[in-house]
Amino acid sequence: MPAPTSAVPAPGLGGDARPRRPSSGSRARSRHRRLGGDLLAYALVAPAALFYAFFVLRPIVTSAQYSFYDWNGVSTATWVGFDNYVAVLSEPKLVGAILNAFELILYFSIVPVGLALVAANLIRSIAASRLATAARTVLFIPQVIPLVAAGIIWSWQLSSDGLVNQILRAVGLDAVTRAWLGDFGTALPAVGVIGAWVQVGLCLVLILSGMTRIDASLYEAARLDGAGPVREFFSITLPGVRQEIAICVTVTVISALASFDIIYVATQGGPGNRTLVPGLQIFYLAFFEREIGTASAFSIVLMALVIAVVLPLQRLLRGRES
Amino acid sequence: MSRIRKLRRRALVVSGVAFSAAIGLAACAPPGSDGADDASAPLTGDPTCGEDAVVLNAYFETGFPLPSALADEFTRQYPNVTFDIREDQFAVITQNAPRTLQDSPPDLIRLPQMSELASDGLLLDLDPYAEAFGWDAWPASQLEQMRVDEDGSRGDGPLYAMGLGYSMTGVFYNKELGEQIGMAEPPATLEEFDGYLAAARDAGITPIAQFNGGATGGLAFPLQALMASYGDTAAVNDWIFQKPGADIDTPENLAAAEHLAGWIDEGYFADDVNSMDYSQMMSRFVNGESLFMFNGDWESGNLDTQMPGGAGFFLMPPLETGGTIGAMSAPATYGIAATAEHAECAAFFLNWAATDEQARTIEVEIGGSHPMGPADGFMPEVAEGSVTAATLAAGATISEANGAMDFIANATGSIYAQSWTPNLQKLVAGEQTPEGLLESVQADYESQVGD
Repeated sequence: MPAPTSAVPAPGLGGDARPRRPSSGSRARSRHRRLGGDLLAYALVAPAALFYAFFVLRPIVTSAQYSFYDWNGVSTATWVGFDNYVAVLSEPKLVGAILNAFELILYFSIVPVGLALVAANLIRSIAASRLATAARTVLFIPQVIPLVAAGIIWSWQLSSDGLVNQILRAVGLDAVTRAWLGDFGTALPAVGVIGAWVQVGLCLVLILSGMTRIDASLYEAARLDGAGPVREFFSITLPGVRQEIAICVTVTVISALASFDIIYVATQGGPGNRTLVPGLQIFYLAFFEREIGTASAFSIVLMALVIAVVLPLQRLLRGRES
Repeated sequence: MSRIRKLRRRALVVSGVAFSAAIGLAACAPPGSDGADDASAPLTGDPTCGEDAVVLNAYFETGFPLPSALADEFTRQYPNVTFDIREDQFAVITQNAPRTLQDSPPDLIRLPQMSELASDGLLLDLDPYAEAFGWDAWPASQLEQMRVDEDGSRGDGPLYAMGLGYSMTGVFYNKELGEQIGMAEPPATLEEFDGYLAAARDAGITPIAQFNGGATGGLAFPLQALMASYGDTAAVNDWIFQKPGADIDTPENLAAAEHLAGWIDEGYFADDVNSMDYSQMMSRFVNGESLFMFNGDWESGNLDTQMPGGAGFFLMPPLETGGTIGAMSAPATYGIAATAEHAECAAFFLNWAATDEQARTIEVEIGGSHPMGPADGFMPEVAEGSVTAATLAAGATISEANGAMDFIANATGSIYAQSWTPNLQKLVAGEQTPEGLLESVQADYESQVGD
């Protein structure tokens, strides 16, 4: 439901700068004033820009530089061209890590966004009651907990004597109990559950705030036309929170592809590399194997991968408005 | 968007990219340096800590009270020397060691796998001190593991570290559970051991508590113990020391790996072995949930406190009675940075730790390990029947049999986390065969040593 904004001229510097047949004197004055405004704007942006350049852009550039060397971090490096990139894209273990990251998108992004949509819709329908506040708080709490703590809590819950297995035993499902994080078949989904638990709160709050912006008269109109709750959801709510969903998906997909903390705490990539992800492998390569070159190449590949996934997603989800 | 705005934005982007490229490529030369001058000035006279106040900058491992206890005692005896101690987890030290040694060189540092550090020129050559203090007269096997030659292979070449005691591994057992299954005394052969494992399982006791979760493949302990039962420890050491042509994939080691796979199939390990960590293993053993545990004498003091009289220790039994025995036994290595400020005093401390009676007592009582030093060095009294007494006696047996080997996880800096651990976890899950395990580890080893 795009707002008809294109007809209104956008305010701001560009709008003001449009020449409207001014006299030569006033043109010079306005240019002078604009220059002053520009300088002030640049001066205000400069400190942040400097930090950004030094702590974000510079590391990216140096990583790109390191990725062409064979370097152990201490002695003099040797130039190896694209060898590190070839290694990253051909070694089964490293490719496996990338595939694991894509599998994590299911748990870190699709599941929480879906759950948050359902939960937000339910909470909206009971918005007036105290239960809504309680539900919102409970679902948002995981966002406040540090990821490392979440990883530790869940690795206890998922251990062979943990809460999950105790519940399963209590309902007679002894046969399915196992060490969830130590089983080759369940380790990655189990890590995914931790991620989903953390992400659902963020998505919920974003989507709820989006829902409050939807005009209530739309629902009234739909109801007069005989729409049920399901039709309301798909025709009004879902398009109304499209922007928020786009943000949720973007943020959670990045967190899946660049995941590190939860996995480092819960499984350290085990068992048998079943939960190895690029972030963890870059850390191992750089600090245990001391292959700074390969680690840098892998991180550049990871960055490219994130951009390659997120940019089309943005286009797709935000539609033409952006 | 107006053209002017577009132009401005373009200018901003261009200047940003140019700026960051400039700062990034300012040093387009290859990264890294050749290192600073080292501290190995020629020794004049006997090394000492002198009379002036000295602050030794030390980097120790969290969770092990021994080095700090030794430091306290040293300050008591030599009041002019104090310690500025920084502590980290072993994994953190492993990550930080190269940069720390390069940028803020400690006088004493707990060392991870050291062949790369030594060949990068980050560690001080201790041979002049070894000569000055007479370490050459000690049993050569004590220092062998800490010698690194120019190619980074260990066992020969200059001495780059010293031990604060050396550890021994073997099998701990719960005496009470042992009696329940009719184990009157420790097994004398591998076959007897297999029998007790089966008896324990049949009695509903988890036979072996062993960690194998996360990035710590603890099944390397029983695997290497089995390697010692089936084959020669010298061959395993050659592999660990990166001797040219060394291969872990031998018929003896394959037999050992197959035996381990047999234990897995028989259900001698806990169901959740692939998610068990070290502390879970310890708590299960201490709480009497498992009969055996493959571990080292660094836990002797702890077990004597937590289950007094309840735990015993034996060396991995040989194939046949009287056969060759072996055990993982390695010094807890401490090195001196190549550019350390107080190298001489640090070396004096290491010598003191191996020779002073009080220091040796602390090593046995607090560290639970056998002190370094001359074969006839002072030994404190330990309580009879204690685990500590058993591990010390086992240490003497291994020393006599010349059966000490370093840990197979120490062959290269990353062979443990990147190769042994995932492959052993796969072996448990039935996704790797014993042949595949050894082949895969050997392939990783060759690619790492080749670098």
